[in-house]
Amino acid sequence: MSEEQLIFKRSKALTDAYFHYCPGCTHGIAHRLIAEVIEEMDIQDKTIGVCPVGCSVLAYNYFDVDIHEASHGRAPAVATGIRRTLPQDRYVFTYQGDGDLASIGMAEIVHAANRGEKITVVFINNAIYGMTGGQMAPTTLPGMRTTTSPYGRDTALCGHPIRMCELLNTLVEPVFVARGAVTTPKYINRAKKLLRQAFELQHTGFTFVELLSTCPTGWGLTPENSVAWLERNMVPFFPLSVFREPAAMPAAATKYAPDLKVKDDAKA
Amino acid sequence: MATAQRLLMKGTEAIAEAAIRAGCRHFFGYPITPQNEIPEYMSKRLPQVGGVYLQAESEVSASNMLYGAGGSGVRVMTSSSSPGIALMAEGFSYLCGSEIPAVVVNIMRGGPGLGDIQPSQGDYAMCTKGFGHGDKHAIVLAPSTVQEAVDLMALAFDLADQYRNPCVVMGDGLIGQMMEPVTFPEAPVKVYDKPWAATGKPPTRKHNIINSLYLDPEELERHVYHLFEKYERMRADEQRHETFMLDDAPPVVICAYGTMARIAKTAIRELRKTGVKIGLFRPITAWPFPVEALSGVVQSTKVFLAVEMSMGQMIEDVRMVVGRDRPVKFFGRPGGVIPTVEEIIHQVKLLSN
Ligand code: SF4
Repeated sequence: MSEEQLIFKRSKALTDAYFHYCPGCTHGIAHRLIAEVIEEMDIQDKTIGVCPVGCSVLAYNYFDVDIHEASHGRAPAVATGIRRTLPQDRYVFTYQGDGDLASIGMAEIVHAANRGEKITVVFINNAIYGMTGGQMAPTTLPGMRTTTSPYGRDTALCGHPIRMCELLNTLVEPVFVARGAVTTPKYINRAKKLLRQAFELQHTGFTFVELLSTCPTGWGLTPENSVAWLERNMVPFFPLSVFREPAAMPAAATKYAPDLKVKDDAKA
Repeated sequence: MATAQRLLMKGTEAIAEAAIRAGCRHFFGYPITPQNEIPEYMSKRLPQVGGVYLQAESEVSASNMLYGAGGSGVRVMTSSSSPGIALMAEGFSYLCGSEIPAVVVNIMRGGPGLGDIQPSQGDYAMCTKGFGHGDKHAIVLAPSTVQEAVDLMALAFDLADQYRNPCVVMGDGLIGQMMEPVTFPEAPVKVYDKPWAATGKPPTRKHNIINSLYLDPEELERHVYHLFEKYERMRADEQRHETFMLDDAPPVVICAYGTMARIAKTAIRELRKTGVKIGLFRPITAWPFPVEALSGVVQSTKVFLAVEMSMGQMIEDVRMVVGRDRPVKFFGRPGGVIPTVEEIIHQVKLLSN
């Protein structure tokens, strides 16, 4: 009998391709978690992904599902086109970075959430534009140096970072909005649960999982220090929390029914 | 045999109905004058036939919804007008690059900038030469009557599917707002196999990727060569045009498309009554421009007159074909002002002097 025991393997929902991500980048962990959820839910044949411009634009090479590459910021619109077209048993997810989702794609994400598109949005927040070389993102922390904020993010000049979960949580439609991280074993286990919840709730409405992620290259830190930096600087500003779940839907979601006859009354 | 029903319909609504009859069940759009009757009609009719009308948050989003839906394998369309079409250019380029079929209706209005909401042909260059970044093309169909708009909608969906490429139907505010009797074609909807669509991957095949990214320049080059082989086939097989009163080889030929061609026809009839030998060459495909057919009339023609509702955009294609052998004169009015029959007659008389 063999002493060897298989305790870890590549998910079947990933292809054999090698990730191109920088050493120590946590994109790979996020990919793996999504793939494991797809595999465990046995929905690989029903899942369609959308990966827009960003470091993860090549994710179509990694996820072994039918998949769309998309232009910068538009993944929620593309996912809307897919969701409104394919049979309802399909699962549609987008995988977007912070520059993509919170800057150029702000309109698309807010409106997809507001329409209650039955999709899962995975939002990778690493507080920087990785792919283009470490420029300032809408999520860059105050004082944080990037290639386009060489003196540190000046909030008087360009405002404070945007908290997307909190922003989307003001809308009526979303059914699941949560923020996790992928930097420690504890966080990673929790992140997987959040992703699983989101996918499971997807057919009931809009689901959103933000994952705080490292960008050692853009931050100019070792992978190890990146993990510590994220913990010390990002977690306090972007609290890890479940903001919205079915048990905590706002009353407005079910209660508000305006009296539209008021127009006629006014005439009378 | 039962004759097809003739209905009196506004251009925009006829275009929308023709799309539905061509099997389109998905519409993504954003309001803009003068084409709002298309989304309005779609929002009413599509739910009745099991389809989906969705108002996007912007034209940029609408064109990307088109990309998602088209990539899922369904017949999908949007409609807009000039400034909105400019915003759709992003999605349009991705549709071309990823070879996704979709139909885009542009009911042109006066520009540049916010311009006005009157009929115009100021987007000829944008639709035939631009409409998004990169090396690419789309077939551009230019109807001149409401009936033709109906017929070209069905063709647009077929061409889009056949070539896996977006197809544009380019009208102007007049075609959109005019009411005319129309008959809808009774031919059954052609169904195209779309094994490339991203619909969910069964274990029996590799995953389908809808993509326009090729980081290796040589790979991108090969992809663009492949696209251009397709465009060459379009150039060879899809040139369409109409001639009017060219049988007696008149020395003066007006070149005009869309509504402008219609007005030119009236002017030509009037001129013919006074003995002026004149005819019309009307491109139906603005791209591919009907080069072959126009070349055929160069010999017998002394002078061409391009008439457009713009400062002259199609005229460049006419000049390209006619070359230096014959003068190509121009008459047009920009800004949403429609050249009249009298003005065209006057211009023709100036030519003869
Ligand atoms: S640039 Fe940053 S986010 Fe992009 S792959 Fe490298 S480490 Fe990861």
